[in-house]
Formats: sequence, C-alpha cells, structure tokens
Amino acid sequence: MAVICRAVDLYKTYWRGKVAVQALDGVSLEIVKNDYIAVMGPSGSGKSTLMHILGCLDAPTKGEYYLDDQLVSQMSDDSLAKIRNRYIGFVFQNFSLLPRLNALDNISLPLIYAGVGRKERLEKSKAILEKVGLADRMNHRPNELSGGECQRVAVGRALVTDPKIIFADEPTGNLDSKTGMEIMTMFDQLVNEGHTIVIVTHDLTVGKRAKKMIKIMDGKVAI
Amino acid sequence: MIKPAEIITLSFQTFRSHRMRSFLTMLGIIIGVSTVIAILSLIDGLNRSVASQINSLGSNTITVAKFTYGMGRADFEQLQRRKDLTMEDAEALKKLKSVRLVAPTLANNHITWLYYRQNKVNDVEVIGCTPEFFEVNNYSIVSGRPISADDVSRRRMVCVVGDYIVENLFPNESPIGKELKIRGRSLKIIGILDKKGSFFGQSLDNNIDVPITAIRKLFPRPQGFGRLFNSLTIGVLPKDPKKTDITMDDIRELLRRRRGLTLDQPDDFGLNTSEMLMTLFQNLTRVGFIAIVGIAGMSLIVGGIGIMNIMLVSVAERTREIGIRKAVGASNQNILLQFLIESVVLALIGGIIGIAIGILLAFLISAISPLKAGVALWMIMLGFGFSAAVGIFFGIYPARKASTLNPIEALRYE
Repeated sequence: MAVICRAVDLYKTYWRGKVAVQALDGVSLEIVKNDYIAVMGPSGSGKSTLMHILGCLDAPTKGEYYLDDQLVSQMSDDSLAKIRNRYIGFVFQNFSLLPRLNALDNISLPLIYAGVGRKERLEKSKAILEKVGLADRMNHRPNELSGGECQRVAVGRALVTDPKIIFADEPTGNLDSKTGMEIMTMFDQLVNEGHTIVIVTHDLTVGKRAKKMIKIMDGKVAI
Repeated sequence: MIKPAEIITLSFQTFRSHRMRSFLTMLGIIIGVSTVIAILSLIDGLNRSVASQINSLGSNTITVAKFTYGMGRADFEQLQRRKDLTMEDAEALKKLKSVRLVAPTLANNHITWLYYRQNKVNDVEVIGCTPEFFEVNNYSIVSGRPISADDVSRRRMVCVVGDYIVENLFPNESPIGKELKIRGRSLKIIGILDKKGSFFGQSLDNNIDVPITAIRKLFPRPQGFGRLFNSLTIGVLPKDPKKTDITMDDIRELLRRRRGLTLDQPDDFGLNTSEMLMTLFQNLTRVGFIAIVGIAGMSLIVGGIGIMNIMLVSVAERTREIGIRKAVGASNQNILLQFLIESVVLALIGGIIGIAIGILLAFLISAISPLKAGVALWMIMLGFGFSAAVGIFFGIYPARKASTLNPIEALRYE
C-alpha cells in the first residue's frame, strides 16, 4: 500500500516560560492509503501536537516527517500552507466554520486558496454539499445550523479538495452521542470509498470505530 | 493563487457586517479628503477668476511706474527720492522699436461724492490720459468718441465716463453732451465706456477720463506725502505680444540711460506686467494653500491612525478566522493581502465619499458666496492617491500582524 505519512523519530519541545515541555518524545509511525486510525490518549499526552505536526500546522523540533514522499518537516510556512491546501483536510471539535459565510461558501473556502475559478468552485462545493446531505441548507450560516449540520459542513470543507488524508480532532466532542455517531458513520462510509482518515480522540467508543488505534502516552507511542 | 478580486469581495463582506464601525473608521479620511478637495477647488477657482480679471486689464500691457507691484519692505526715504516719470519719458518710450503704443496717465485723483442734479455717485476716480489709454487698457467706447490728440493739445475740459457713472447719474437719459461739475469746474461728457466689471471687488467702471493736460486744472499738483503719487503711470503695449521680455529690456535700458543710473545702481522705477500681478496673487494664495494642505494632512494622519486602530481590533477579533483560513491553506501572503486590501478599500471608500462631499461643499460655498469653485481632475486623483497611500501605510502593520499569527494558536483562540 502507498505510504502517505511517514514520521521518523519526531520530537517537539515547548517552552512554558523557562520550563521545557516535551510534547513529543521520539514518535515514529506510518500511515498508508485507506487507513482508518484513531489516535488516543489522555489530555496532555501529546496527541494534539502529533496531529498538528502530521497535519503540517506545526513543525517538529527534531525528526523527519514525510508526506506523500516529500520531506515537509523543513518546509517554510508558505510551502506548508500549500501542502495543507492540497493534501490535507481538517475537521475540528468546534467545527471552525467562518460565521459570516453560508454553508456553501464555507465548503468552498479551501478552493479559493487553491486558485480554483468561481464556476468550478460552485460546482464542486454543491456536489460535496449534496454528499454530506445538506443540499437544502446551502444558504444557511453556521448559526442557523445545528451542531451536527455544522460538523457535516466542516467534513464537506475537508473533502472538497479531495485530500490524501483527513485529520479529525475530537470531531464528536461538541455533539450529543446520537449526532456524534452520525458523523462517525459518515467517516466509516468515507473510508469505504477509499479515503484515509486519522481521528484524534479520548473517547473509546469513537476510537473503536477505527480500524487501527495508536495510543499516545507522555509523548510516546504506547503499544 | 487567489485573485485580488476575490479578496476585494471578501472585504466588502466584512464592511457589510460592520457598517457603523466601518463608517466611523472612514470618518477621518472623509473629513481630510473633503477639506482638501473643497479648499483646493476654491483656491483654483479664485486663481482662475483672478487670472481672467487680470487679463481683462490688458494682458500684454507693461505698466511703467514709479514703484513695482509688491515691493515689500523698501526703504521709504529712498522711494521718496525717486524721480517722477514725465511726458518726456513717455515720448522717448514711443520711439522704441519694440513698442507699439504708449499711454501715459495721471491717476490717483479721487472724488468721494459726485452729483448730477438729484443723483449722486460714490468714489469716482479721475484719470488724466491720452488717446492711446483706451486701447492699452482694453476699454471700448459704446457711444460718443474717445479723448482725441486735439483734446490733449488744447487742454479741453471734456471727459469719457465709465458705465458705473452712467448707470447712477444718468439712469434715464444719454449723458453725451451733459456737463459734470467737479471741484467747481465743468466737464463735458463726450463718450461712454463699455462695462468692464470689477477687479478684486474694485469697480473698473467708476472712472472719468480727461485729457492728461487738463487734469491739473481740476486737481492741483499734490504736496507733502501725496507727492509720491505725482508721477505718471505709463502703459506700454509691445509690438510683439510674445516678446514682452524684449520690450521690457528695451524700456529698462532706455529709462536707466535717461536717469543716468550707473551699472551698480538698481532700477529706480517699476516695470509691471499682469503676469507679475498674477504671480503676486498666486504667492499669496500659496501660503493659504500650504497651510490648508498641512492641516488636512494631519487629519489624514489621524484618519489613518483610526484605520490602523480598527484593523488591529479586527485582527484580534478575527484571530480564529485567520487560523481557519491558514488551516485550509491560506499562505501568510494571502492573509496579509486580505487585511491590507481591506484597509485600502476602507480608505478608498472614505476617499471617494470625501471627494464627493468636498466637491459638493465647494459648489455650495460658491453658490452662496462670490467665490467660484473649479474642480480639476488632478484634485480628484490627489484625493484618491492620498487615501490609498493612507490605507497602505496604516494598514501594513495590522496586516503583517495578522499574517504572522501561528495557525495553531489562532485556532485555539476563543
């Protein structure tokens, strides 16, 4: 199987004043195409930091990280922005939609930065909106949508660029269990269609839906 | 790459959701630009109307006088010792090759009240002149005849009167042939001048023109301080209007020779042109102009600081938005451009409103006052350029701040 992410001995050190916090302490892992992985661990374990580095939002202090065979751990901010735009989709716990944009415009946001023309942008975003079952909510703003609907818009936004990998950070954390499960069902379906998904969570019922589980403890991968 | 048009659309979205705040932000720019535009167009209109007034005086006329326009702080003692210009000087000027017409006058003789039967008129100037006076000073005769060479040589007590006098003293009858009484002596009216309007609020139609040889019968040679104004004022029309400079050089050379000035002595007479008068006036308005531009510049700076302030608030408020945009692939440059364009668009909208209000203000002032407004394209461009510059200058810092935000911290921001 094609390897999408390859992390080799990642370290990340934060400085809280004069105290060094070792968020990642030598993490190595591989994610291959069509993987469905849950990254689990208690809060403060470093799972969010790992996701940020794997998602190219942050760079490791030490170690190498390859995405699609490109060494991204040394890249500049703007190159990382391009990588995020082309290869990665994010779903966040708090949906992270732009409040002033309607569902359609929120979904098409990554396409603006990809330089896709208006017409093509609209077509793609409408298709995605239909896929996540919100075709009738096209012109609604986030504050006019339910939590589940917001998260579905967020999933749509992550899908619209057809990324190599989707990272979801506690995607059900702000939802009731029923809607949470609906979102999980959606992820299951996406994996069946061939997508690669990494879910960061501390909720075991969510973690169990994934095919693989990676446990993080004190900045290390715990077997 | 994201297209600038998309970012502009984006910034309009922001303004629409913060109408009041956007307007208040623009207020400084609006006030600054509208003041500049209004003042500039009024000054420009003033300059234009003065230029046309000065041209009505006779645009190519060189006025030879004892003094120069706008002499500034000259030594009064020395001025008093200056030689008067005489009829002999005028005769000598006539012989110059580059000179077409010479019109010596004796002016500065005023009458406070002039009566004709029950009518009266205030502030009349009596000018002693020769036949050339009318052409050199752009006067045309509407009825009767001008002063003739014969009138001058025979010292006839005749006169040509301006429109203002005709209007006030002879509202219902022709003044030709009527007699005016000035200082106990009779003056027969032989001609009427066409209306010429006013110059700096001073009527150009309140004159009574008499033969230069006859004026001393009415006004004796002034004594004391008035001696300063005893000199002739000689209007000279050059042969070639394009070569006024050459004519002026010839006149200067001739007069210096006649007055026996040595090389190291300055001129002790004045050569004035309407161009100099214009320059004098423009120098006067320039001072006001610079002051106004300075004040307006300050209000633009204040406006710019307002924009910077609001943009900083906006960046702080939209930290999460910046994080989200970065997460989905916006580069630092995308974010920088977004905020920079937002502040420029804000400043430009302010500028456009300011230009509109400024023009409106200028026309309003010109409608209720004698000032005339003249709006030129360069003023609008200036207003535009200024506001764009303010938008860029004061927008760059907040935009940079936004663009360098760390995406993770921005995403966490509540």
